[in-house]
Amino acid sequence: MLARHRANLLKLCSALIVFGAWEIAGRIPVSFAFPTFLESCAAFWALLIDGTMFVAYLETLKPLVIGVFISAVLGIGLGLWIGLSRAFDWLVSPIFVVMQTAPLAALIPLLVMAYGIGLTSKVFVVCIMAMPVIVLNTGGAVRNTPASLIEMGKAFLGSRRDVILKIILPSAFPIIFAGLRLGVSAGFIGAILAELKITPTGVGDIITYSRSIADYPSMYAAIASIIILAVLFLNVLERIENHLLRGSRKSLAAD
Amino acid sequence: MTNPSENAVTVRNVYKNYGEVEALRDLSLDFPRGQLTSLLGPSGCGKTTLLKIIAGLIPATSGEVLVNGEVVKAPGPDRAFVFQDFALMPWASVIRNVAFGLELRGVPKSEREAIAEKYIAEVGLTGFEHSFPHELSGGMRQRVGLARALSVDAQVLLMDEPFSAVDEQTRRKFQEDLLGLVQNENKTFIFVTHSIEEAVYVSDQIAILLPRPSRVMEIIRPQGFRDKDVDHIRRDPEYLDIVDRIWASLRSYVE
Repeated sequence: MLARHRANLLKLCSALIVFGAWEIAGRIPVSFAFPTFLESCAAFWALLIDGTMFVAYLETLKPLVIGVFISAVLGIGLGLWIGLSRAFDWLVSPIFVVMQTAPLAALIPLLVMAYGIGLTSKVFVVCIMAMPVIVLNTGGAVRNTPASLIEMGKAFLGSRRDVILKIILPSAFPIIFAGLRLGVSAGFIGAILAELKITPTGVGDIITYSRSIADYPSMYAAIASIIILAVLFLNVLERIENHLLRGSRKSLAAD
Repeated sequence: MTNPSENAVTVRNVYKNYGEVEALRDLSLDFPRGQLTSLLGPSGCGKTTLLKIIAGLIPATSGEVLVNGEVVKAPGPDRAFVFQDFALMPWASVIRNVAFGLELRGVPKSEREAIAEKYIAEVGLTGFEHSFPHELSGGMRQRVGLARALSVDAQVLLMDEPFSAVDEQTRRKFQEDLLGLVQNENKTFIFVTHSIEEAVYVSDQIAILLPRPSRVMEIIRPQGFRDKDVDHIRRDPEYLDIVDRIWASLRSYVE
């Protein structure tokens, strides 16, 4: 309990230091385009009150949710296949390694040429950001299932399907989930990048528009809102994970 | 030569090659029904390989294994396996782990849990049904592995160095319990070990294997002390003689 108290206190300290530095830097000011922390807070409040933020997120969340959903389903499926089949691993893994390291911003014009400036392109950007880490994590986790557990499944007459569903997937689950969390964070980046680089809609529109009229506090407020939302979402995901893993959580550290 | 009523398992002229490496060469061995046979030998002598061939987990290069007169091609309901590293699913409770063999056979949940509870009690783990493997000691984990193998009611129990990962005191208790099990369960036990004392203590028949390539050097059947009280075996002159004799013949193969 005491340790938890201390952890919270330290987190608070860390936030105070960051925001304090921001406030001081804004007051000097380091650049006329850099507002203070308090100005940004006020702008955040204003955007929240007049509903601009909600309307914007309704737009931004569309490609984000669709993209993350596709990445999760397709990514875990492909990762499972990669983990189970050497040949498929060699065939497909390089694509995702390339995807992970490719400079996405440079690829966006290609996507726009192929799929236009609508939702499809934005979903693509989210997928390119989110999918590789999900695929590669799932593949690695599946491949690293303890050999003796698979042998056990076979020795006790499990079919191939049983072994996959009852041994390999549960065994890989914690790492699949870790990949999912990283994928979702990357997806957030992808969604905003798409709105900045393809067509300014949603939160990307607030950022672009505020910048163009030199309303820097609003611009920073919009950027901060993305970070807050991403952190909240990752927390929810972590709670779901803890709930699903209950008993076995500690065992992974123990074994 | 093979009388199926006498020998539960017969290994006939089995060869196993891993590429260039000859793991087993022309190995033949009979395992009398209702008795415990140890496969004893220095590390690298292929005893675990032989056990896994009998289990149907790995195929022999040539030769055949008969269980109750039928040729082994894959794991079957007539054999159950106890693993050296326990091979318990860390995400599953004790009762689910014990009932897992039955789960894979499609036995309904209430029925298989009733059977599992019976064997959990038999191995002395009553009260731990809903614990997770990481909450148990090494010895208790292997009791779970043993209960899982017993609960599928196979006639042949294959044990791969089952006590090598538990502490010495627990190990002695296990060995005593194993003698009781052999007497009461009317199953055929095939027991891999590298401990001479352990092999002599628990076995009706000891097959001494020699490495590179593996072959049966000698079969020893202790006669005098098998029916004596477990407390007296380790002081029996025949027990001590056999331990000495085996060591004398194995000594030159240990580098």
